[in-house]
Amino acid sequence: MMSGSLINLIYLIAGILFILGIKGLTKPKTAVRGNFLSALGMLVAVVITLFTINDVDFTYVIAGVAVGGIVGAVMALRIQMTSMPQMVALLNGFGGGASLSIALAEYVTRTGINPASISDFLQPTVVAASAFGEGAEATIALVSISLTVLIGAVTLTGSLVAFSKLQELMKKSYGLPGGPFGNGILLLGALAAVAFLVINPGNTMAMVAILGLALLLGLFLVMPIGGADMPVVIALLNSYSGIAAALAGFILGNTVLIIAGSLVGTSGLVLTKIMCVAMNRSLANVLFGKMAAGGETIDADEIYDGKVTSAQPDEVAMLLETAQRVVIVPGYGMAMAQAQHAVRELADAMVSKGVEVEYGIHPVAGRMPGHMNVLLAEAEVPYDKLVEMDRINPTFEDTDVVIVIGANDVTNPMARDIEGSPIYGMPILNVDKAKTVVVIKRSLSPGFAGLPNPLFAMDHTLMVYGDGKKAVIEMTTALNQL
Amino acid sequence: METLILLLALFVLALFLGVELITKVPPTLHTPLMSGTNAVSGITLVGALLAAGTGSSPMLVNWLGFIAVTLATINVVGGYLVTNRMLAMFKRK
Repeated sequence: MMSGSLINLIYLIAGILFILGIKGLTKPKTAVRGNFLSALGMLVAVVITLFTINDVDFTYVIAGVAVGGIVGAVMALRIQMTSMPQMVALLNGFGGGASLSIALAEYVTRTGINPASISDFLQPTVVAASAFGEGAEATIALVSISLTVLIGAVTLTGSLVAFSKLQELMKKSYGLPGGPFGNGILLLGALAAVAFLVINPGNTMAMVAILGLALLLGLFLVMPIGGADMPVVIALLNSYSGIAAALAGFILGNTVLIIAGSLVGTSGLVLTKIMCVAMNRSLANVLFGKMAAGGETIDADEIYDGKVTSAQPDEVAMLLETAQRVVIVPGYGMAMAQAQHAVRELADAMVSKGVEVEYGIHPVAGRMPGHMNVLLAEAEVPYDKLVEMDRINPTFEDTDVVIVIGANDVTNPMARDIEGSPIYGMPILNVDKAKTVVVIKRSLSPGFAGLPNPLFAMDHTLMVYGDGKKAVIEMTTALNQL
Repeated sequence: METLILLLALFVLALFLGVELITKVPPTLHTPLMSGTNAVSGITLVGALLAAGTGSSPMLVNWLGFIAVTLATINVVGGYLVTNRMLAMFKRK
């Protein structure tokens, strides 16, 4: 058995390695090393913990590590980059589930109950208050345990619903009657059960109630939320999984759980805020509301009628050949058409003709924060060509051609110009400032916001109708022949 | 009680540090950041080991410990491996 101080010192080293790991992620060049340092921190923390627990039944531990290790490795090596949001959603849920299980295990251990069956478990038992410590200490222990159960369970079911939605297993949106009020009642009920449990530590029914209500709350929080808002939901659940881990640290009095958990918790929160700003919506609006219904309905025919110019890929190729600077604006539609590699080949063809090519990435271009960057990096686009919205926007005026592929709402000038339009105020890529805009799209159908896009009807916009991948390949072929 | 205050101080300071660190991560690396923090949240493996129970613990505790260890290990192994896979794509030039 090692002394507590030594263990805590080694946990501190692990915590520092986690911090250095995240610091490494602030630059692409140091990121791989950062990830390695973080993993080293994990190894240190786990190994030192193994030394402290000599009386544990290792059958369960070894079985768990073996199963988890195999499942984790297979997931990590097999997952397609387009499906990264699904994987992160699952990992968020597993993080919540792990904290939940720890809290329940601690509860059962400290109450000293030994239920042989479920009905046994539901029998309220008399538990000496001292089982959870003295006075305030007992209250804090019980509050930490029950809040960990609450947040862990919400994270678990919420993430599973987010996964089902992203994987398109669940296509419809269901909600409780009364919307936010229904969820509010579930939350209040769970908090009441927390209070009851703190007063009656041995009442296992209260624990079952917290667990049940929190599992339902997770389901009903995420079920009504649509696909376009998933980047916010995943980031928020990421944060919850961290907070649950930090709370589990309070139960066990474990410093490294608290450090790591709060880092994850803030990371999720910061990303949630970035996503909300990028959509110009408050968090409450994403969680409980729908897109604001537009004041007056905007007639798509009125905007498009007779004003849309279409072009063929070979005509676009001629434009590209004479251009000096081209910006490619990809949206999730590009990933759905599996056109990343084709787009990169088109960019290569342009670069070989002496054209300067950059990519303009809107924060919500993919299905999770930074998703589009990963998809393009996979297609071997150099990361320094991926330019974020604030930096690319001032350059559009000096850009000859913008190619918009699979993106719609994030280029809609109504968000900038028409006060009272439902998306007014959402930051957009100002592609309409470029000399020519080429939009590759199947039809004039609206995006998630359900709005027509006046960009398509502008004089300097050319619509190339058809499959994104096919159109891009034809452009590349035509360009190479010029 | 004194320990609790110290833990609380640690928690609050880590939150502030987290905000400072995370806001410096460029948008390009936000997806690896999320999968990387998934891996870090696998630190619950430490908690799972501490809560896993002994040979004389109730079966329920052993099973909860097994679930916790399994889920946390998926996060650790899956999170670090997939993050490494993504970051390797950003490294090449």
